[in-house]
Amino acid sequence: MAIWVETDLCDGCRRCTRACPYDAMEIRDGKAYIGDRCTSCGACMNACRSKAILTDAQPRAIPDFSGHKGVWVFAEQRGGELNRVSVELLGKAQELAEELNHKVAAVLIGDQVSGLAGTLIQFGADTVYLAEDAIFKDYRTEAYAQVFQDLIASHKPNILLMGATHIGRDLAPRVSRRVGSGLTADCTGLSIDPDEGILLQTRPAFGGNVMATIVNRYSRPQMATVRPGVMEVVATPDNEGTVITHATRFTEDQAGTRILEIVKEPKTHVDLTEAKVIVAGGRGVNDAAGFGLLAELATALGAELAGTRVAVEEGWIPASRQVGQTGVTVRPDLYIACGVSGAIQHRAGMMDSKFIVAVNKDPYAPIFKVADWGIVGDLFEVVPELTGQLKALCQVMCD
Amino acid sequence: MNIIVLIKQVPNTSEVKLDPKTGNLIREGVETIINPDDLHALETAVTLKETHGATITVLSMGPLQAIDAVSEAMGMGADKAVFLSDRAFAGADTWATSYTLGKAIQHIGDFDLILAGRQAIDGDTAQVGPQVAAFLGLPQVTYVFDIEAVEADHVVVKRRLEDGYERIQCRLPALLTIIPGGNKPRYPLVSKLLLACREKAPIQVWNAADIRVTTAEIGLDGSLTQVMRTFAPKFERQGKFLEGSTVDMVQTLVAHLKENKLI
Repeated sequence: MAIWVETDLCDGCRRCTRACPYDAMEIRDGKAYIGDRCTSCGACMNACRSKAILTDAQPRAIPDFSGHKGVWVFAEQRGGELNRVSVELLGKAQELAEELNHKVAAVLIGDQVSGLAGTLIQFGADTVYLAEDAIFKDYRTEAYAQVFQDLIASHKPNILLMGATHIGRDLAPRVSRRVGSGLTADCTGLSIDPDEGILLQTRPAFGGNVMATIVNRYSRPQMATVRPGVMEVVATPDNEGTVITHATRFTEDQAGTRILEIVKEPKTHVDLTEAKVIVAGGRGVNDAAGFGLLAELATALGAELAGTRVAVEEGWIPASRQVGQTGVTVRPDLYIACGVSGAIQHRAGMMDSKFIVAVNKDPYAPIFKVADWGIVGDLFEVVPELTGQLKALCQVMCD
Repeated sequence: MNIIVLIKQVPNTSEVKLDPKTGNLIREGVETIINPDDLHALETAVTLKETHGATITVLSMGPLQAIDAVSEAMGMGADKAVFLSDRAFAGADTWATSYTLGKAIQHIGDFDLILAGRQAIDGDTAQVGPQVAAFLGLPQVTYVFDIEAVEADHVVVKRRLEDGYERIQCRLPALLTIIPGGNKPRYPLVSKLLLACREKAPIQVWNAADIRVTTAEIGLDGSLTQVMRTFAPKFERQGKFLEGSTVDMVQTLVAHLKENKLI
C-alpha cells in the first residue's frame, strides 16, 4: 500500500505538511514531498484541497476462505495421557463441524502416543494427524509450533481449538504468529454465526466484569483457546476415523529450550474440574483453623476443598485449589461458598455450577446473586451445624 | 546484560463496574495501576540487575496517561524507558500490539532478555508475550516463577505446570513471561520517581513513525480479531435466603440438597 504526491497537481500550499502528525512531510522545490517517517495514516490526503495526494490502499476486504475446511482440536497429552480438555473440545468441534458441514480432526503430537488415536476417534475425530518422534516427547514451544505450521499449510483448516492450559496458552499464540491468524483466549462460548458463517468466540474480559464476543474475519484458521471444564464431552463410540502420520523434520538446534527436570508435586495437585461437589472458602474464613472446619464439611460431603485468591495468598490453600479468573473454572453439581464475598473474578470461575449455596455474614455480599440458596449467618456456626446434620443423616442412611 | 521489560497500565479490574443501563464500563474513579504480573517481571529484572548487573529498559504502549506507569517502573529501578504513544496504536488486539512492541524492540537495539508479565488483568489473554517472542524469532518460556541461573548464552528457569514445575534451560536472547509466586515487587523509591519525572529523564516517547510502521499494520486496522459486541455477564439465579435459626436454616438446606439428589 503506497501513498504519494502527484507533483503536477500540487500547488505547495502546505496544508498537508501542517496536517501530518509525524513530521513526515516537507516542501521541496515548491512541491510536497513525503519522507520515510510516513505511516500512511492519510491525514495529508484529507487536508489536500487539490486532490494531489493519492493512495492505492483498498478498504479491508474479506478474503475467500472457501478452501479452508475442517474443525481441528489440539489433542494435548502429557506422559502419554490425554488431557481431558482435548476430549471436551472434540465434543464442541463436532457441533461446529456439523453447522459448517466440515469434518473434525485432532492433532496428536508426542512420542509413542499413537495408542491415543483410538480414543480421539471415539470422541469425535474423523481424522487424527499424528506427529510422533522422540524429540516431541515433552512439550516444547517451537517443536509443537512447527508441526502445527506444517499441518496448517498443508491442510488449511477453518477452525483450530486448543485447551487454555499452561501448554495451550504457551503454544496457541506462537502458532497464531507463525500462520498469521487471529487468536482469542479463554473462550467460554463458541458458536457459528448464521449470517457470516464464522466462529463467534465469547469470553470474559476485565477480570470477568464484561463478556465479549470476538470474531476473526480476515484470517484463517480461526483460532481459540478454551478453558477446561467448560465444554461437554460427546462420545461417538461407533465413529470410524483415519490416522494420518505426519513427518516433521525438527532438530534440537531449532528448539531453543531444553527440559532439565520435571518435578511433580502431587500433594498440592488436585483436579477441581473433576469434582462433583466443592466446598470453597474466602476471606471470611479468617484463618487456617477456619479452613479446618471447611475441610470437615468437605469430608462429610465427599467434596473437594477450594478457595478464592485471598485464601491462596494467605496460605490457607495451595494455588491449585484456587477457583476464579486466574484460577480454575469449575462446574460441579454443588458449590458451597463459605465466607466468600463473590467478587467478579471468583464468580467467573464457578457461576456455571449446577447448584450454588452461599454462607456469609453480609446479606449484601455479591455471592448471593449467583446462589440458589443463601444463608446469612456466621459460618463458624453454620458450617459445623451442617457437617453435624450431614453426619447424622449418613448414620441414619448408612445403617 | 541488557534486559527489556514489557509493562502495561491497566484499570484495577476488581473495581471496574458495568453501567447496567448502557452496558458500558464505568472507568471514572477507577484506579490505574501497573499490571500485577508486570510488577513481578519488573522485580525479577531489578533483582537480576542487583545480582548480575544489567541495564533495564522498560517498554510500554498506551495512551498518554500511561506514562505514569513508566515513571513508576523507573522508580522501581529501571534505567531507561521507551513509551509508545500514538492514536494510531489504539484499538489494537494482541496481534497488532505484539507487532508494535516487536518493531519498537527492533529499534531499541540489542538485548539479552525480554521479561513480560504472563497476562494483563484487563485483556486476560496471555498472548502478547509469546506473540512478541514469535515475531522476534526468540525462544520463550512462559509461567516462569524463578530464574535459577544466568549465563552468557543461556538461563535456567523454573516453569509452573498445573501439577508441579519444570526446570528449563533456555538459550539467550529469549523472552520469559513471569507469574506471581517467586518474588514480592518492591515499592518505587521516591528519589527515583522524582528523577523519572524530570525533563531530562531517560524516557523516550515514540510514535508510529519512529518505529517505521504503517497505520494498516497497527491499531484497529492491523488487528486480526474484531470485537463484535460486549455485554454484561448474566446472573440468572436469585439467592433464596433461608430463614430461622442456624439449626432451622441448615435443616432446610439439607432438605433441598436431598430433594435435588445432591447428597
